[in-house]
Amino acid sequence: MKISGFWIGIVLMLAAGFLLAGVADNQFLFFAGYVVLQGLIMAVAWNVLGGFTGYVNFGSAGFFAIGAYTAIALHQFAELPLLVLIVIAGIVCGLIGLGTGYLTLRLRGVYFAIATLAMAIVFESLITNWDYVGGSAGAYVITPAEVPFFDSFIEMMFILMLVLSLICVAVSRYLSMSRMGRGLASIRDDETAAECMGVPTLRLKLVSTTVMGVMMGVAGAPFPFFVTYINPLSAFDLLIAVNAIAMPMIGGTAVWFGPVIGALLLGTIQQIVTVTISSELNILIVGVVLIGFVALAPRGIVGLFQDFARKRRGGSK
Amino acid sequence: MDANGRILDVHGLTKRFGGFVALNNVSMHLNPRERLGLIGPNGSGKTTMINCISGALFNEEGSVVFRGEEITGLPAFKRAELGISRSFQIPRPFRTMSILENMLVPMEYAAWGRVDHATHEDRAMEILALVGFQDRAQENSGNLTQVDLRKLELARALAAQPDVLVSDESMAGLSSAEVDEVLEILFKLNEQGVAVIMIEHIMRAVMRYCERIYVLDAGQLIAEGTPEEIQGNPDVERAYLGE
Repeated sequence: MKISGFWIGIVLMLAAGFLLAGVADNQFLFFAGYVVLQGLIMAVAWNVLGGFTGYVNFGSAGFFAIGAYTAIALHQFAELPLLVLIVIAGIVCGLIGLGTGYLTLRLRGVYFAIATLAMAIVFESLITNWDYVGGSAGAYVITPAEVPFFDSFIEMMFILMLVLSLICVAVSRYLSMSRMGRGLASIRDDETAAECMGVPTLRLKLVSTTVMGVMMGVAGAPFPFFVTYINPLSAFDLLIAVNAIAMPMIGGTAVWFGPVIGALLLGTIQQIVTVTISSELNILIVGVVLIGFVALAPRGIVGLFQDFARKRRGGSK
Repeated sequence: MDANGRILDVHGLTKRFGGFVALNNVSMHLNPRERLGLIGPNGSGKTTMINCISGALFNEEGSVVFRGEEITGLPAFKRAELGISRSFQIPRPFRTMSILENMLVPMEYAAWGRVDHATHEDRAMEILALVGFQDRAQENSGNLTQVDLRKLELARALAAQPDVLVSDESMAGLSSAEVDEVLEILFKLNEQGVAVIMIEHIMRAVMRYCERIYVLDAGQLIAEGTPEEIQGNPDVERAYLGE
């Protein structure tokens, strides 16, 4: 029953997206929706490694930017269709995820986090010095004025992002609810004990970093086409990495729908604040909300609800 | 089983940590369904020995043979799949999981090739009943008491459906009544056909439980025999009490 409920939800979300595309005239809705969904994919991706497996990645912006720049490089080389660019960017970032996993997963805890941060910085300097993709001056992308089936390019980008996010959510849900999910959770809880209980810890961790890389690459690849101009500063933006951590932390990292809740909530608030107050303030809001949750509700909104439900059932454990 | 009918055969095992020799050319074996004791003063190399058997550490010299198969270089998870399971001296539960979920990890990994996938949860519940947890399966493992943690540790090791169970100080710090409780569990699972290697400082438990005992001192094997023989051995007395 639960499985069918999930797929009905997926179909409903998709239908709602298409309905919005058919009805709404305000292009800003699609613009804001795209940004929220981009954050959602990044959050879901981060949570596969950070939430399920227990390895904190500070280098999310690196994966995102590699996805974006893979698309740029390929676009310079030959004008391939956007979907092809997304697939290739996903593969490239998946391989980078696998590689960083192999090199760094022997590090645990804070050392792993530092290594991922360093990796992002290394990639940023490489991209900054690579003239083919524009170097530090950045690169422009000219988007088509008219697209088939959709009223505008931005509308198509929004639907594309919606489909990609639903796929990522489905993959993440499958990972967490399958046998593999239990294996990942055992690594998060106690890696040594997991290994002695027959869990192939290295292999599962590599699966985890690869899936994370693929998703982040997929989130990054359409970005240059969305903003039409990209430079290392905007692609490796700190806010991207911070959001990827903050959204799962706020929603709850232990379950697949935690980052979804966090991303929808935080992403929407950020869009509203950007429009009504200022774009600078939304960074402050992420910081304050994140500190609040880490200090007061470390298991996020999902954790708060679980505690609340338990108390209502009669106060016992 | 190898040619001698042994289930586990450790031959000439040496383990060094830098210049320190933790185990020096130690050989020991375990027969099927046997209850074996491994004792020795602190720092004598007992835990290093079982780390080398379970794959948490790799030995530099010597070999570990399980059911006639050389497993010396195999990683820990492979050995768990083959049927070597261990409990930890300091309990290491999967803290975010319930008691039942803790059991399902070894069921779904170490024992996955050997259990019936349709009934493995029932099998996990049977094992939980063995340690008296049948009504507590949904309880979170994060807030168990010490003795309950020890029981979960043993139950979880057993959920891997092992042929050999290594119990590393399962009773340290428990009261006398609790020691009897844990001993009872270890007897029961031995009756189910599991060979047990017991590492323990509580001599009363070792002497009651084990059929055969090895004594380690400073990385050397200094005695082997039945509990009676070990109790009367002057070398063992010297190792524990000094000259």
